[in-house]
Amino acid sequence: MSATPVKFYQVGSFAVGNRLLDPELRSAQSEQDRANSLTSGHRACQGCGEALGARYVLDAAMRASGGRMVTVNATGCLEVFSTPFPETSWRVAWLHSLFGNAPAVATGVAAGLRATGKQDVRVVAQGGDGATVDIGFACLSGMFERNDDVLAVCYDNGGYMNTGVQRSGATPPAARTMTTQAVGEHPGNAFGQGKDVPRIAMAHEIPYVATATVADLRDLEAKVEKAMGMHGARYLHVLVPCPLGWGSAAKDTVRIARLATESGYFPVFEAERGEVTSVRPIRHQVPVEEYLALQNRYAHLFSPVRRDDVIDRLQAMADRNIARYGLLEEAHS
Amino acid sequence: MLRQVEGSKAVAAAVAACRPQVICAYPISPQTHIVEELSRLVKAGELTGCEYVNVESEFAAMSGAIGASAVGARSYTATSSQGLLYMVEAVYNASGMGMPIVMTVANRAIGAPINIWNDHGDTMSQRDSGWIQLYASSNQEAADLHPQAFAIAEELSVPVMVCMDGFVLTHATEGIDVLDAAGVDAFLPPFEPRQLLDPDEPVSIGSMVGPDAFTEVRYLAHLRQLEALEVIPRVAEQFAARFGRDSGGLLRAYRTEGAETVVVALGSVFGTLQDVVDAERDEGVRVGLLGVTSFRPFPYAALAAALAGARRVVVIERALAVGAGGIVSGDVRLALAGTGIDQRTVIAGLGGRPVTTTSLRELLGRAVRGELPGLTFLDLDTAVVERELARLHPSARKVPS
Repeated sequence: MSATPVKFYQVGSFAVGNRLLDPELRSAQSEQDRANSLTSGHRACQGCGEALGARYVLDAAMRASGGRMVTVNATGCLEVFSTPFPETSWRVAWLHSLFGNAPAVATGVAAGLRATGKQDVRVVAQGGDGATVDIGFACLSGMFERNDDVLAVCYDNGGYMNTGVQRSGATPPAARTMTTQAVGEHPGNAFGQGKDVPRIAMAHEIPYVATATVADLRDLEAKVEKAMGMHGARYLHVLVPCPLGWGSAAKDTVRIARLATESGYFPVFEAERGEVTSVRPIRHQVPVEEYLALQNRYAHLFSPVRRDDVIDRLQAMADRNIARYGLLEEAHS
Repeated sequence: MLRQVEGSKAVAAAVAACRPQVICAYPISPQTHIVEELSRLVKAGELTGCEYVNVESEFAAMSGAIGASAVGARSYTATSSQGLLYMVEAVYNASGMGMPIVMTVANRAIGAPINIWNDHGDTMSQRDSGWIQLYASSNQEAADLHPQAFAIAEELSVPVMVCMDGFVLTHATEGIDVLDAAGVDAFLPPFEPRQLLDPDEPVSIGSMVGPDAFTEVRYLAHLRQLEALEVIPRVAEQFAARFGRDSGGLLRAYRTEGAETVVVALGSVFGTLQDVVDAERDEGVRVGLLGVTSFRPFPYAALAAALAGARRVVVIERALAVGAGGIVSGDVRLALAGTGIDQRTVIAGLGGRPVTTTSLRELLGRAVRGELPGLTFLDLDTAVVERELARLHPSARKVPS
C-alpha cells in the first residue's frame, strides 16, 4: 500500500531522538513512510491510551509484515471512534464483526488466507479488555488452544469504557466504575476477583505472551515485532490508561502507565511456551499510592477518610508481582 | 447413479463437491454426521484445498466462517437447534455484512424441555435474520440444494441456510444420486467475492452505521432478497438442465391441478403428504399439495398464483409461535389476502412426534368437511393436557378444542 505523508502534529517519537539511533534501532513511528495504520481524525478522547497503543501496535506490525497484514477488531471504543460510517481512520485492511468473536473471526481469516494461497498475509486481532477477558474469552481460548496463526492484542483499560465505564473482569480491586460504585463499606470493585489473562494465555503454552504499556512504546513496538516474527497463537496485553474511566488528566496517560509498571502493579514481561523469558525491571520503584493518587477511580481511598487498609492490599498485590516476576532484580534477558 | 447412503453423507459429499475452502465444525445432534464426514473427506485427501477448523462453539463456527468469507474463501458450517441459537449474533452479522456463507441446519426442536428430535423451531427463529432459507423435501433435494445455495449466495452476496429435517432426513439411508466435484464444477463457478479484506487494497468492513444510513442498508438487504426470488428459480432451472433433476426453486406443487383443498408444508413431511394426496385422490377427493422450498425470501406472488384455484388451504407447520399459532401461516395469509380462500393452520410433528398418514388423512377429511378449527395441534394428547391443567388449576379447566 502507498505510504501516507506524515503530518507535522503526528510525528510521535520521530521528533525525540530516534534520528540519533542506527536505522535498524529506530521506532516504526520514526519512519516517514510508516503505515499510519490508525490515522488522524478519529474520535477518541483526548489522552486515549488505547488509540496510542493501537497506532504503535499496528504500525509496528505493518512494518514487521511488510504491509502484508489484515486486522480484525472487536466491538468497543476502538471500533466506534475509528469507523463512524462513512468515515474510517484505518489504513490497514480492517474487519469488525462482533463484540465477542474477534479471535474466532481471526481464526477464520487465517484459515481463509491459507486456503486461498495467501499464507504471507498475517492476522492481528484486537479489542479491549471486555472483548478479550470477558465476552470473547471462549473464542480467545479456542484460538490459543488450536494455536491458530493470529496475534491477539488486548488493550486493557480495566473496564467497559465505551458503554460508560462499567466493571469488567479486568477491573482492578477497589476501582470505582458505574457498576462498582464508591459507596458502602467496601467501595469500588471487590478484591479477589478478576482474570489475569496473560497468565491464562501462558497456561495454553502458546508460542508467545507479552505484556506492555503505552509508557514504553519502544518496548511495545519491539514486542509486536517479535510476535510478528513468530507463527501460531500469540498474545499481547497492553495496559492503556483511559482518562474518562480512570478519572485522570489527559496529559497523564503515559505517566500513569509508567507508575503502573514502576510500582509493580502492572508487571511487564514476556513468556514463550508457558515460561517467562524476560521482564522489564523496575527502574525507580514507587509506592502504589503514587499510581492510585492520579486517578479519581481511587479517590475514595484518600477522601473523606484515608483507607490505608485498602491501599495496603493494593500494595501487597504489587509486591506479589515484584516477587513473582523478579521485577527488582537485574534484567536477565 | 443412485447409491444407498445416509442423508448426512450425501449432503457432506455435495458440500465437498462445491469445493469449500474453509469449514468450521462444531458437533451437535442431529447435524454431526455431516461435519464428521467432511472431516474424513479432508483428512483422506478427497477434499483438497480446504481448511477444516474444529472450533469451540457454534458462535465461533459462524464467526470463523465470517472471517474466512471476508478474505474470499468459500465458507461452510452446519448446525442444529441450540447451536443455531448459540450463534445467532453471528448469524445476523453474516447477513448484515453480506457474507455468502452456506450453512446446513439439521432442523431440531429448541428446549426447554431439551429435545433432540425434529421440528422447525430452530430455523423459524431465524426467519428475519436476513439469510435465505431453503427447505429440503427429501434427501436428494437436501444434497442438490447445496451447490444451488452456494450459487445463489455468491451471486447475491447473501448467506443461505439449507434446512433439512433432523433424523428424518439426516439419518435416513436411501437411494441418492451423490454429487461429485466433476459434476458440480460445471455448474458452480469459483467464488468471486464482492468485497475483500486485502492488504493490497485495504478497506474497512463492518463500520458503525447510524440513523442516517441504517434504514437504507436494511432496505438494500431487502431488495437483494427480492432479487433472490428471481435467482432461486433460475438456479434451479440451471441445476435441472445440468443434472436432470427438479430440485430447489421457490415452491413445489404436487397434484394441485383442480384441487379444492391444498396443503401447504415445508420439509420432509412433503413426502408423507404426497402419499396422503395420492390416497385421497384415489377416492376422488380433490386435494393437492404445495411445498414451500424458499421460506425466505417468501414467494408471495408465486404462492398466490399456485393456490389461485383452491377453495381452502391447510398450512401444516412443524413449529409454533407460542401465543400466536402458526408462523408460515402468517405469510400464506398475506399472500392470499383478498382472495377469500379459507385458511387453516395445523401444528404438527413438534419435537419429533411422527406425522403419520393416518392422522393426516383424518385431518384432511375434517378440513374438506369444513370441520377444522383455525388452529389445530395434530395428535395432541388431550388427556395429558387435561391432567396437567387440573393439577395446576384444580378449578377444572377445559382444553380448548
